[in-house]
Amino acid sequence: MSHSVELDGIGMRFGSTRAVSGVSFTVQAGEFFSILGPSGCGKTTILRMIAGFLEPTEGRVLIGDRDMRGLGPNQRPTAMIFQSLALFPLMPVWENIAFGLEARGVGRAERRKRADDLLRLIALEGYGDRMPGELSGGQRQRVAIARALAVEPGVLLLDEPLSALDLKLRQHMRAELRALQKRTGVTFIYITHDQSEALAMSDRVAVMSNGLLQQVATPRQLYDNPATPFVARFVGETNAIAGRVSAIGDGMARVDTALGPLHGRADRSLAIGQAATVYVRPEALMPGVGANTLRARVSRMDFEGAFALVHGQFPDGAALTAAVPSTRLGDAPALGTDASFSFAPEHAVVLADA
Amino acid sequence: MRDLYARFGGGLATIFLTLVLIWLAAMVLAPNLMMIDYALRPNLPPLQQGGPQDVRSLDNFLYLANEGVHRAIFLKTIWASALVAALTLVVCYPVAFWMAQRATPGQLSIALMLVIIPFFINEVLRTLAWFILLAYRGPLNAVLQGIGLIDAPVRWQGNGGVLAGMVYAYILFMLLPIYNAIESLDKSQLEAARDLGAGTIRTHRRVVIPHAKAGIATGCVFTFMLAAGSYVAPALLGSPGSRWFTEIIYNWFFEGGDWNRGAAYALTLLVLCLAVVLVTLRVFRVNLTDVAK
Repeated sequence: MSHSVELDGIGMRFGSTRAVSGVSFTVQAGEFFSILGPSGCGKTTILRMIAGFLEPTEGRVLIGDRDMRGLGPNQRPTAMIFQSLALFPLMPVWENIAFGLEARGVGRAERRKRADDLLRLIALEGYGDRMPGELSGGQRQRVAIARALAVEPGVLLLDEPLSALDLKLRQHMRAELRALQKRTGVTFIYITHDQSEALAMSDRVAVMSNGLLQQVATPRQLYDNPATPFVARFVGETNAIAGRVSAIGDGMARVDTALGPLHGRADRSLAIGQAATVYVRPEALMPGVGANTLRARVSRMDFEGAFALVHGQFPDGAALTAAVPSTRLGDAPALGTDASFSFAPEHAVVLADA
Repeated sequence: MRDLYARFGGGLATIFLTLVLIWLAAMVLAPNLMMIDYALRPNLPPLQQGGPQDVRSLDNFLYLANEGVHRAIFLKTIWASALVAALTLVVCYPVAFWMAQRATPGQLSIALMLVIIPFFINEVLRTLAWFILLAYRGPLNAVLQGIGLIDAPVRWQGNGGVLAGMVYAYILFMLLPIYNAIESLDKSQLEAARDLGAGTIRTHRRVVIPHAKAGIATGCVFTFMLAAGSYVAPALLGSPGSRWFTEIIYNWFFEGGDWNRGAAYALTLLVLCLAVVLVTLRVFRVNLTDVAK
């Protein structure tokens, strides 16, 4: 029942501004796929092109291997969950859920039965006759999901549906969405600007910036092997140290920086002499001397329980952040002193500057 | 009331309330009470007023009930006013929807200007414009003859002319409340309906119209009341066969010289209009307070 979605070089221009250019990726049937990016990066435009509210100015959208050109949102096997949820406030919950069935000419008794089935699925049995305004935020959220699932879509499109909820409920709904996706097997395409949401829920994530696709990868790959400087900085926290490539070999590169030579993993596209940056995650930095050693003055320490965030300053004024596990806090340097931090080369990534 | 006192203090709030009460008593209550009194008394020469024959009765109302021509015109005025409201609604709803949901800001300001600017001109003159357009040897007949749609000029004045003139005259009173109501509808509601497979008609019937119900009711009430009390359009665009009840009231006051019977006729029109409005609101489950907004 679930469909794959293929974007083949799609682009969207509004007047003279390009909202999206040359984006291609394929979402497998039954996958939980997220599109992650800051606001204005074109992710909502992509979702609306998949839904059929926008016709791409270039490229093709294929759903279940069928070209969707010229088909409106009511003719595509997709259902959308809007950021505002867009429940119909003047219809009781069950009519909301059954609205898509009503549009397909399903009889009233059958509609009611299907709505009740879906209410059971979202654990809101007996809420069918209430009005949407009488429900809590999380309940409305679930009703919106049920309403979209009622039409048995091949692809469910979610436009930041959790952004209006408070943190606790959001975390709860993440797990619930994930479970619902597994149970129904429907392809989910989920739009978000919240990277932890994308990493926690998705099978794969596409990262967008300025209308361009940056990387498509599993959350783990995205975090460990960012493909572009944007991804390295946008997904998770990172320390960036700029320099120039001085040696390459065996999947590793040496970068000469103002803080001395540093080693990190690199792909083949780098050339000697090229401007490049070494990216190191805070949790990869440990107090002490090692293969790559940085010296910085410790300016602040935030104790977070499981670990402490140690903030330092390099001689050139740039900032350093290290996440030191509480179990190793004994080695942590004192505030105001110059200290050494080191990281293993395989925990750092070298990327050419854009 | 308590808010009023809290905001403006005792002195000022009392002045406001007194002024409103004086206004209501002098401008609304007193004239209506006088009209009721007039309607219940017979029309007598000045010397006999207050004399033995000057007793209150329902004679003036019974006269209307027993006078076939007047009764027919009265009933026609009521249903024709409802027809005016319905036609105006049919004309205005698509325009209001387009303005509220589809038009770009530039298109919207042009459209608003186009509908509002004609209303800077007096109603009599606007109706006169239709009088010229619809004249026997006027532009409409000339155009229709020119393109060969009709062979001889059509006499538009009469029921058709009155209807056209009134629909035009009251467009704004229908358009603006509906526009206001639809404007507050979240666009994603329309998109959600479409995404779930609903066509245009279902989207309007199930989503837009329920949302805009109060605005539609307000527009219909305004238009109905204005049409039922209209004098200019039937006087200018009508024919002897299309008389409006207001013309008969006018005749009693200023040609028949019988203010008492005129008052009875006017009162009957007022009461029946109110009844129609209240029943309509009840049927559409809209409160009077929604209309007042």
